[in-house]
Amino acid sequence: MLEKALSGGRRYWTWMAFLVILLGVGFSFYLRQLDYGLGITGMSRNVTWALYIAQLTFLVGVAASAVMVVLPYYLHNYRGFGRITILGEFLAVSAVLMCLIFIIVDLGQPARAFNVLLYPTPSSILFWDMIVLNGYLLLNILIGWTVLSSERKSVPPPVWVKPLIYISIPWAISIHTVTAFIYAGLPGRSFWLTALMAPRFLASAFASGPALLILLCFILRKFTRFDAGRESVQMLAKIVTYALVISIFFVLMEIFTVFYSQIPEHMQPFKYLFVGLEGHYALVPWMWSAMVLAGLGLILLINPRTRQNETLLGIACAAVFVSLWIEKGLGLVVTGFIPSPLEKITDYSPTGPEILITLGVWAMGSFILTILYKVAVSIKEELEA
Amino acid sequence: MKSTRRTFLKIAGLSLLGVGTKPVFDALAEVEVAKALKAPEALGAKRWAMAVNPKKCSSGCKDCIEACHRVHNVPDFGNPKDEIKWIWNEPFKDAFPGQEHAYIEESFKEKPVIVLCNHCDNPPCVRVCPTKATFRRKEDGIVMMDYHRCIGCRFCVAGCPYGARSMNYRDPRPFIKAIQPDFPTRTKGVVEKCNFCEERLARGLLPACVLACKEKALIFGDLENPKSPVRELLRKNFTIRRKPELGTNPQVYYIV
Repeated sequence: MLEKALSGGRRYWTWMAFLVILLGVGFSFYLRQLDYGLGITGMSRNVTWALYIAQLTFLVGVAASAVMVVLPYYLHNYRGFGRITILGEFLAVSAVLMCLIFIIVDLGQPARAFNVLLYPTPSSILFWDMIVLNGYLLLNILIGWTVLSSERKSVPPPVWVKPLIYISIPWAISIHTVTAFIYAGLPGRSFWLTALMAPRFLASAFASGPALLILLCFILRKFTRFDAGRESVQMLAKIVTYALVISIFFVLMEIFTVFYSQIPEHMQPFKYLFVGLEGHYALVPWMWSAMVLAGLGLILLINPRTRQNETLLGIACAAVFVSLWIEKGLGLVVTGFIPSPLEKITDYSPTGPEILITLGVWAMGSFILTILYKVAVSIKEELEA
Repeated sequence: MKSTRRTFLKIAGLSLLGVGTKPVFDALAEVEVAKALKAPEALGAKRWAMAVNPKKCSSGCKDCIEACHRVHNVPDFGNPKDEIKWIWNEPFKDAFPGQEHAYIEESFKEKPVIVLCNHCDNPPCVRVCPTKATFRRKEDGIVMMDYHRCIGCRFCVAGCPYGARSMNYRDPRPFIKAIQPDFPTRTKGVVEKCNFCEERLARGLLPACVLACKEKALIFGDLENPKSPVRELLRKNFTIRRKPELGTNPQVYYIV
């Protein structure tokens, strides 16, 4: 089936070449990082996790959101998602791959990564994260590829896939729960120390992931003969709407507890994010942009007339995706380190090499996603022809 | 043919026997090795701990900091971003956040307090480490690090509520003033912190910071021994610890 990715039009090859260039640039800067050390990034003694780990956190959400198409299709027999289940699964594959690469990129000693397997430590959440992420990757490759190849041969998928599909549903929830536990169980990091972390992660993931999927469906419709169908896109839009509402509700819950209790160490990080703290405002413009975008997305999505207009739906989905990327891919991780355990406020901004390495990993993910989607779409086109 | 098979079986049987007894030999060997490694002059304790008396600290003095950083090959990058430190001064209000109030004397608020790894009884850094590169030595409670196993994920840095851990963001060796050959230097990409001078205790020496302090503001000893200097200080003075409410059970005590 992979041979389908080897034939394509001029636009396809230009896009792939563009991604390869980005990937190459990122990789060359990664070699520099290997040589110099993580000091090449904007991370510091006080802010020790930043852009890389934040991308991991955000992309785990994108990966987990595949369950939002898998669950209605396989558990509720919702036929509308039959055509796009494979898109959800392949999106999960490329997102999890990016997650794993971002972990490696963030290690000070990547050559020793296998120490996690050589000295398994169940008390460490990172150990469990490694297990759930790799397991989820394997499940989705196996399920997606098998179901697609059966579809190509017009035979029902083999029976052994069914149990794997059912396992993949709670497994999707687990990847984001475990990722939330990385943050939510640390004493002395008040910003992260909340039981709402995992539910919040899941809610925002089920908004950002399906929003991206809608945008991808639009792109596929524009450039290929594959049409996800109006009905399934509208169903996805409803999922994004509900998840976004729940996500905003959770953030407001958090803000109530923090500001009504008036505990200073819980208020400080939120102040840093939204109004600035002791003259430090680095993330304030970003967070307000995120809020405006989330508000815009909410208005466009909650109103049935605007939601059913596909141009406006596209704008809403882009707004939701960018808003939640800012919240998780920028604000959540860095702010956990502010103020530091010794009350220092250290602003963080990514360096050029750090941004290029990050873009390189995203390019790699997009490259793999394009190949997988090319295969899936070519087979669907072939069957419909 | 027959005899070949017989010899083969014999050898196989013996080998199996050998494999079976290996753990027994290993256990015996471990005891032997442990005995052989422990120097007769080594200082031992059931629970090492430190008491800090900030009142005795003379202002501007950095003897303990310099002694520690010298013997442990701690680099000086000259910038706060990459900074590595094992023991250092913090204003009282930052070392004990939440303890200050509007009427606290200004000099006390800014009073430098020595801070270092607390060698917690319940260390979050050990709990979160995915490779056991940081671990708590059961026999004396020191929280230690294996610099060769650390993968540099910095989970421990996020886990430590005291800011005691530093990451080697770049190669530290060019930034060490004079390399001490009897203590390892670190490589880029690993985390490090105070080790209560376990390498000196093994040779019968007190921690470098304790010996360097002329004012005797740092007191080191066995918490389980009622006659130890630390216990004596804890009996005679009111002491506080940093963030005890987090349940980490820190083992550095501050006389106030």
